[in-house]
Amino acid sequence: MIIGQIKDGIVLDHITAGNGMILYNLLGLDNLDCQVALIQNAESVKMGRKDIIKVDRVIDINFDALGYVDPGVTVNIIKDGKLAKRQNIDIPERIENVIKCKNPRCITTVEQELPNIFVLTEKEERVYRCLYCESKAE
Amino acid sequence: MRSLIDIRELSVEEIDELVKVANDIIDNPAKYSEKCKGKILATLFFEPSTRTRLSFESAMLNLGGNVIGFSDSQNSSASKGESVADTTKIVSGYADIIAMRHPKEGAPLVASMNTDIPVINAGDGGHNHPTQTLTDLLTINREKGGFNNLTIGLCGDLKFGRTVHSLISAMSRYDNIKFILISPDELKIPDYIKKNELEAKNLEYVETTSLEDVIGELDILYMTRVQGERFFNEQDYIRLRDSYILTPKKLEAAKEDLIIMHPLPRVNEISVAVDNDPRACYFKQARYGKFVRMALIMKLLEVE
Repeated sequence: MIIGQIKDGIVLDHITAGNGMILYNLLGLDNLDCQVALIQNAESVKMGRKDIIKVDRVIDINFDALGYVDPGVTVNIIKDGKLAKRQNIDIPERIENVIKCKNPRCITTVEQELPNIFVLTEKEERVYRCLYCESKAE
Repeated sequence: MRSLIDIRELSVEEIDELVKVANDIIDNPAKYSEKCKGKILATLFFEPSTRTRLSFESAMLNLGGNVIGFSDSQNSSASKGESVADTTKIVSGYADIIAMRHPKEGAPLVASMNTDIPVINAGDGGHNHPTQTLTDLLTINREKGGFNNLTIGLCGDLKFGRTVHSLISAMSRYDNIKFILISPDELKIPDYIKKNELEAKNLEYVETTSLEDVIGELDILYMTRVQGERFFNEQDYIRLRDSYILTPKKLEAAKEDLIIMHPLPRVNEISVAVDNDPRACYFKQARYGKFVRMALIMKLLEVE
């Protein structure tokens, strides 16, 4: 399968196989009017299988969302057909408006204007908890 | 200005200081009768809690201060849909300190993020209730003479019981503490509390379903109520409600210097016949709540 080169845009590489569609939705790529390619289960020497997303325009990426779902992703920024910048993702200490708290007793369920903030509380297990009610992110 | 949303925000030294001041207030009340003269406490209670609200109000009045507020959300602008943030901003113009009770978890934190005056969390859903923990600590300190070398039995709803979680967190910081966790399997202590509070600090603990088997080992027996509002399923609630009932018969095997605590209100988990036992401390415990809240209000208002 051949997907053409992009001139100016972003390539999200080394996405854990199966996470591509999650990131596609979480990053709001379905709302873009430029070309977007989601490649699932591409062969990878390092990972066996991986997903890749190519966006035919340089857009603002929510790095918190990326780091929350899949901190192994590499972000490649392409300008004039060449790799202009490669960035690895860190596990974010705090994420804002990436996911919503599902605890029905949390204040965010009744006050929709509040930002949904989650904090990394157990680093090894990558556990995030709601800032307000401390419920574990699902 | 500092707030108190979660008991873990206080260091051991700060808790010791609050307990020391509360003890001094009990012994010398006159010394404190004008400490907060001219100051106003706003009690914003979005759900009813007679004991906690009256305890806060009595505490402020005993410090010579004044009190404004409401006792349930129907009597506040929340019934018109006002946000916690907006209510807090408005009240901050009328009061020097806020005590907030709210059925939604995290509401007092939202309040503290939207004001320059101190906010005390007076209970947010099943989440935190730091002044209950301070009350428990003052009770333990006065009745047991200190915080170290104690075997503490926690009995009843250990899953949803926030006072139990906070008490474990606070007491786990002292020396030679052993916990005995007594509950039905459905209401066992959550794994993250065991992992973060007990195992991470290498504390000795035992889990059991039988109160009778362990009552003789205890220095403190902390009873809790199985709360209907924490259950989504009425049948589960009814089945578990009567799991543990403390009776004079069960107390026959207990130590002479045991103290029995309960955050109150009780339903039927402590038989009324136990009330006259000298080991019953729960009504004294409720009284101590006022003194530790006085100490806390002074600390947060930075009154010497």
